[in-house]
Amino acid sequence: MERHFETKIEELKRILVLMGAYVEKALEEAAESLLKEDRNRFQIVHEIEDKINSEQLHIDNFCMELLAKQGPVAKDLRFIVAVIKINTDLERMGDQCVNIAYNGLDYLQHGYKIDCPEINEMVADVKAMVKQSLDAFVKNDEKLAQKVMLMDDSVDKNKNAVFRRLEEWMMKNPQHIRPALNLILIARNLERLGDHATNIAEDVIFASSGRDIRHGRESRT
Amino acid sequence: MVTETPSIKADIKELKFFYGAKQILNSVSMPIYKDRLTALIGPSGCGKTTLLRCFNRMHDLYADTSYKGLIQLQPGEINILDPKVDPIEIRMRISMVFQKPNPFPKSIFENTVYGLKVRGVKKRSVLMDRAEQALKDAALWDEVKDRLDSSAQGLSGGQQQRLCIARALAIEPEILLLDEPTSALDPISTGAIEELVMQLKNKVTIIMVTHNMHQAARVSDYTAFMYMGDLVEFGETTQLFTCPRDTRTENYITGRFG
Repeated sequence: MERHFETKIEELKRILVLMGAYVEKALEEAAESLLKEDRNRFQIVHEIEDKINSEQLHIDNFCMELLAKQGPVAKDLRFIVAVIKINTDLERMGDQCVNIAYNGLDYLQHGYKIDCPEINEMVADVKAMVKQSLDAFVKNDEKLAQKVMLMDDSVDKNKNAVFRRLEEWMMKNPQHIRPALNLILIARNLERLGDHATNIAEDVIFASSGRDIRHGRESRT
Repeated sequence: MVTETPSIKADIKELKFFYGAKQILNSVSMPIYKDRLTALIGPSGCGKTTLLRCFNRMHDLYADTSYKGLIQLQPGEINILDPKVDPIEIRMRISMVFQKPNPFPKSIFENTVYGLKVRGVKKRSVLMDRAEQALKDAALWDEVKDRLDSSAQGLSGGQQQRLCIARALAIEPEILLLDEPTSALDPISTGAIEELVMQLKNKVTIIMVTHNMHQAARVSDYTAFMYMGDLVEFGETTQLFTCPRDTRTENYITGRFG
């Protein structure tokens, strides 16, 4: 006999995956608008963020109800705790996508292009991290979660490279500080997105096995 | 969260119990920590009440029962199950409270001091002092101090159960056994008993059988999960309810079987 609780857990998973899909879409739109210089796509990011925000409230209420009514323990409890945390991460990821859109629009409006290939690499890495962290959640796949965490190093490295590159660039081009600042902020936004995806991966491992690997408490591999 | 491992009050070592030829407990080994509450959980027929009753040799009251293994009481390593050990003496050191409140048809005072009188304590002032302390420890004193000579039968179910706890505490037991102490009580009385045992566990070692897993999670420091006469898992309650080691424990506490 399937437990009523089981159907609720499945429903919660479905809603979180939907929210994750919104975040992926927001990131896609924000990144494409910047890379393809399509200003119209920025507005779409705002619209998606509204949906992400309302899903965040929905998931919080759903989790509160399950905690209050079902008194979950063991893996059910770990799953709900992980969902509450992932929910917060996803909402913040939505905010970061809006920030990318905002900084991207400002950058394009300035009309001055700076060659910065590391940004493109960061976009590719972060998109993969977001997708794979959500896949790891859906499949309860610890190995995939570990892979996501390892990718974060590459994102951090590229962010530092962007900072260095643009610092030099600003010294050489002090009359065009603003577009460089936009790209620095975008690199920072992407790096934060990577951190949130890493948090999700850590929560997947916690939900799956009960291991808390945050803050270097345990080896990530 | 249990921060340090406390000393051991009793050590169960390869305990087997039989009704005739039928084995009910299959070589159970676990520690009972001093001044901590250990909950025994598991589906009906798993052996948890049988294990509890071994502690004060309740099974001796029935024919054709036998034990193998040890329950060593510390300090002194006295084996509770040794036939040479007097069960009456054991019951003076290890008292028990049952599922249904069972006060004697006597006054509140007489109920409280019953065990002491059996022991031969006669001095009224001593009995009075011990009764007051036991009733205070059982969180009943304020409700009954003005009517100690009234019949215990006139108390509510929750009060009667607390009186039974006071009666068990009056003999100053080393271990208090609770066999589903709240299963016959309403939520308010259940809450009062839970608060009470959480206070008591600082001064007496408690072993509690409960069918209510959330109760075990709320009040106990250690939990033992039993299934079909086996001890499947024993550990700190926080660990067992957040990250159980055995799949059978996981399935039972999450309601997937049992």
